[in-house]
Amino acid sequence: MTTQGRAVPQKAARPSFGKRYWPLLLLAAPLLWLGVLYLGSLLGLLGYSFYGVDDFTGQVVPQFTLSTFRQLVSTPSNIDVIARTTLMAAAVTLACAVIAFPLALYVARLTDPRKKALWVLLITLPLWASYLVRVYAWRLILAQEGVISWAAAKLHLTGVLDGLLSLPVIGGTSLANSYFGMFLVFVYVWLPYMILPIQAALERVPTSVTQASADLGARPAQTFWRITLPLALPGVAAGSIFTFSLTLGDYIIPGVVGAPGYFIGQMVYTQQGAAGNLPLAAAFSIVPIVIVGLYLAFVRRLGAFDAL
Amino acid sequence: MASPPSAPDLQPQTGPPAVAPAVALDNLTCVFGKVRAVDGVTLNIAQGEFYSLLGPSGSGKTTCLRVIGGFEAASSGSVRLFGQDAARLAAYDRPVNTVFQDYALFPHMSVLDNVAYALTVRGVGKAERLKKAGAMLELVKLGELGSRRPAQLSGGQRQRVALARALVNAPKLLLLDEPLGALDLKLREAMQTELRAIQQTLGITFVYVTHDQGEAMSMSDRVAVFRAGKIEQEGSPRELYGHPRTAFVADFVGGANVLGAVLVGQSSGTYALRPEQISLTPDPGAPMRGRVTGLHYLGATTRVEVQVGGQTVHASVPSGDVLHLKINDQTALNWNPADLRRLEDA
Repeated sequence: MTTQGRAVPQKAARPSFGKRYWPLLLLAAPLLWLGVLYLGSLLGLLGYSFYGVDDFTGQVVPQFTLSTFRQLVSTPSNIDVIARTTLMAAAVTLACAVIAFPLALYVARLTDPRKKALWVLLITLPLWASYLVRVYAWRLILAQEGVISWAAAKLHLTGVLDGLLSLPVIGGTSLANSYFGMFLVFVYVWLPYMILPIQAALERVPTSVTQASADLGARPAQTFWRITLPLALPGVAAGSIFTFSLTLGDYIIPGVVGAPGYFIGQMVYTQQGAAGNLPLAAAFSIVPIVIVGLYLAFVRRLGAFDAL
Repeated sequence: MASPPSAPDLQPQTGPPAVAPAVALDNLTCVFGKVRAVDGVTLNIAQGEFYSLLGPSGSGKTTCLRVIGGFEAASSGSVRLFGQDAARLAAYDRPVNTVFQDYALFPHMSVLDNVAYALTVRGVGKAERLKKAGAMLELVKLGELGSRRPAQLSGGQRQRVALARALVNAPKLLLLDEPLGALDLKLREAMQTELRAIQQTLGITFVYVTHDQGEAMSMSDRVAVFRAGKIEQEGSPRELYGHPRTAFVADFVGGANVLGAVLVGQSSGTYALRPEQISLTPDPGAPMRGRVTGLHYLGATTRVEVQVGGQTVHASVPSGDVLHLKINDQTALNWNPADLRRLEDA
């Protein structure tokens, strides 16, 4: 074969059509799935949010308008829904991160391989059971006649529980009817999604790196704050995207546990169903996407992905 | 104690007269499960010495180093650093710094921050630590790369950063765990020269782990040859090469033919003979003859394999001397009987 001068197209030098496109063919099904079903529906949703609804007939008017978004941000109750959901998602994410980090560190660093497998099993075990079953189980646990009230009474801690429930905003008539109860259920349900990415990030940090830190004179606490935590931040960021966006979009838990007051997921559900205002439902579902986008930009600026 | 009148220049001494060794291991043993990784190692490393732990993988040399660094606990035996019992000293309290085999640089910090780390955690002010770290980077000839991330450096540059980072706090003892293992040959040879120069400039003690006998020989004041968790022989490179005590040391350090007494015309024992001490010049009175089974041209020298009485003897001879030789030729083997080294084992 000649390699000098102008390249002459040769049959043998070029892989056949089948060889070249075979990988693409293999990817066709997942690409179609992602491209058409997922991105397509997302773009369709985005498009719908720029339509309006005829006030008289209740029909969707397929014409570009910003009136739906105007309605979304100018109605105080809608702003309340967005603020309530975002605050809950932030609180749940923070609590998950604080609870998950020590557990993930323990599993990643301090156990032997056999115990590690057991721990990972235990962490993911709740995911085996139906989400609905677990949420309703929590409703029973948190109810006025539930296990927690009963245990508090036996331990003579009813006063503490009542004090907690009498707090403004997070309190309520019972744990099952309070934002605090809802917060507990959210934290419980999404915790595995925070632990696993943090654990994976910590596993990727070579032990020699933390040993080098100690070798250079850093006390264990210094090694944690300067080396371990920064290197695990991508995992925390990944986990927080799960917990944050899952809370933003959930519409079951706020309906089963917690104080009255709509969450974004419920608004989407109601608007596209009973209210029949598909454009407003679409506009509401854009909100979590925008918030998660802003959140990603924020953690990126914090340097969460520097270690990647 | 009063000084004797005959020696008025002597100062009266009350403390221990000798300088404590930088490292003193006494009967050190490390057991992991059923494996005795280190099995009764005793050694003394003087201050300012370049000391190598040489041996094949799994011989216990790295474990020894990790015990000195404080990353592994001894099962029994003692470790003294500069005269102080180190058993209860955590890694961060030892006057020791380490250059790790995989460099273990902090990926989320700049090169300069990596080098300054030991000063940062000790609370040294920013201006001073950046000045010191910058000077240390100059020493390893990376002055202009301080703002880069470790991922943006080549293997050789990372190795230098690891060295600068370990040296910035002026440790009295530097541990190096196969620091040149990942580098190509040319770079490795250049770094060997540089490491030795840095060690002599700074005058600190180096403990160097390697499986490369050439590396150990070219840099070290003394070498301990490890085998199966024990020290097989300890000495200067010249002693190890010139007077190997066992077949293992003879072969591992420099390579040697291990020959029976009958083969070399002795009454008893086993003997080591270096390939370069054998000549193949035709000589009717030669003590040994054999059939050429292999010829490996290496440039200036040629490595010849000769089959003698069921054993393959290796000879390393000037290439010009064996131009006439072909496979299956008969050849004479000559040596000076004074070069034979009687081995203690086998």
